[in-house]
Amino acid sequence: MDREDHRSGNSSNEFGLIYHPESAEEMESKGPRTEDLLLNMGPQHPSTHGVLRIVLDLDGERIVKATPHLGYLHRGVEKLSEGKTYNQIITLTDRLDYVCAMTNNYAYVRAVEKLHGLKIPERGEYVRTIVAEMQRIAGHLFWLGTQALDIGAMTVFFYTFREREVLLDIFEALCGARLTYSFYRIGGVQNDLTPEMIQRLRKFIDEFPSKLDEYDTLLENNRIWLSRTKGIALISAEDAVNFGLTGPPLRGSGVNYDVRKAEPYAVYDKVQWDVPLGKNGDTYDRYWVRMREMRESAKIIRQCLNQLPDGPVLVDQPGVTYPKRDKIMVDMESLIHHFKMAYEGIKPPKGEVYCATEAPKGELGFYIMSDGSNKPYRLKIRAPSYVHLGAFDHMARGYMISDIVTIFGTYDVVMGECDR
Amino acid sequence: MHPFAQRIQTQFPSHFIDAREAFGELTVEIRRESIVEVCLFLKLDTHLQFDHLTDICSVDYPEDEERFEVIYHFYSIPKRQRIRIKARVPEEDCTIESITSLWQGANFLEREVYDMMGIRFNHHPDLRRILLTDDFDGFPLRKDFPTEGKGWRNTFEFIPKMDN
Repeated sequence: MDREDHRSGNSSNEFGLIYHPESAEEMESKGPRTEDLLLNMGPQHPSTHGVLRIVLDLDGERIVKATPHLGYLHRGVEKLSEGKTYNQIITLTDRLDYVCAMTNNYAYVRAVEKLHGLKIPERGEYVRTIVAEMQRIAGHLFWLGTQALDIGAMTVFFYTFREREVLLDIFEALCGARLTYSFYRIGGVQNDLTPEMIQRLRKFIDEFPSKLDEYDTLLENNRIWLSRTKGIALISAEDAVNFGLTGPPLRGSGVNYDVRKAEPYAVYDKVQWDVPLGKNGDTYDRYWVRMREMRESAKIIRQCLNQLPDGPVLVDQPGVTYPKRDKIMVDMESLIHHFKMAYEGIKPPKGEVYCATEAPKGELGFYIMSDGSNKPYRLKIRAPSYVHLGAFDHMARGYMISDIVTIFGTYDVVMGECDR
Repeated sequence: MHPFAQRIQTQFPSHFIDAREAFGELTVEIRRESIVEVCLFLKLDTHLQFDHLTDICSVDYPEDEERFEVIYHFYSIPKRQRIRIKARVPEEDCTIESITSLWQGANFLEREVYDMMGIRFNHHPDLRRILLTDDFDGFPLRKDFPTEGKGWRNTFEFIPKMDN
């Protein structure tokens, strides 16, 4: 009965699609009918890892234009910062890139320290480097698991999250939180690594390269993985620089720019490590760069653990850090100092700084304009995810609609950082 | 003076205002009329080669004669050097020329400045709000915009009222 109806004229099926039956003669006289399709993707979509909306102009299955619509997670962090003291802002930075909160803390406190001209104790610098590289591994593992999951290789996800769990457990022992750490302080870090944590970390670092080999067996020769990543979302080195890309998306195109090498901070100049560079600038090269970076991070952590000196991890300077807890109750000066810190906070000198840090996603920069008061006059966050999405349209054009998930995943975008 | 600033000054004597170094960072202040020419010079000059546009942001000084300041951060990957270019924009004619013709990455960054501070970029290909909704009233990063908002949020029926 239904079949009869379809033949007799236009009708819709149970999915609401309309059939336009045309005879062979009609098709020949008019030629094939073409129509551009406007497709909305997001803001609720499992592969956007947050709330991103993309409007796709499609010609068949080809992407003609992709327009990202941002701002679904905009919380006004920059405006909020103007009303908070320098120490209070550390907790806001946790909520930017919430899978790599350590690096956000680090990028922010480094900017304030540059403004204040602070020198960090040596052990503090080592602990900072170790934790930042642990966070890089955790961030890249998160990216690898979700990107593979999006493309269809589900097993990798379980493997990477198993390793990430070990790192999160160490972070939890270190600062009591698993995602929003607020571990870095202006002038150092909150807690020191205990021998027990170092032992756990050493065990992890020793096992980690073999774990990476395990991922390689799942992906390196996986024909589906290769065909879905090789030659997808190509960007030339010239275009990558022109769009302001940083981090693995830039290095995947073969441009040698890593903030840790270009402007060495912490102890990155005291350890041996290489900057992995891609050649073709496709999704596969960016994957390869991140895989190599994890091995390099493990190398950096191992060397740092071997070199780890003794000493404090936080500067003891009135007006910058809180006094020691046990002193407050017995020492009048410390009590006053504690009160002033809590009531007024840090007062950096007048001036402006831009301080870039190599986050797992790219160059995370903080621009702070200080008017000499205890709150920043203006704080601008240069978020890599935001800049990378600016190149989304350029990189998505001409690819199939099934590639959009790959293209989105290849940036390693976190919307909390993008929308701020 | 820093040799880079010297070079910019000799190239654009009438548009150069000031250059200073603080915290190991070079800042050059120029007139807004020549922003595209200066950026083009920064990008193409063989001694400078500022090929990477890092960031564009803006600051509001309500007391000043020229209220806004647009700040550009550039990085030279071959020279491993950073520079900060500043241009003042008055409130009554709140516009500056867009540099999207030189760096495509400027597209989103300029849209954000427009969204947050209300500075219009001439010849920008797609100057719309980016983080806020299209019908948002005002520019939140201006100093006269209250942090708690202008009460628009209270008109949303789906948000429960906390104060009564």
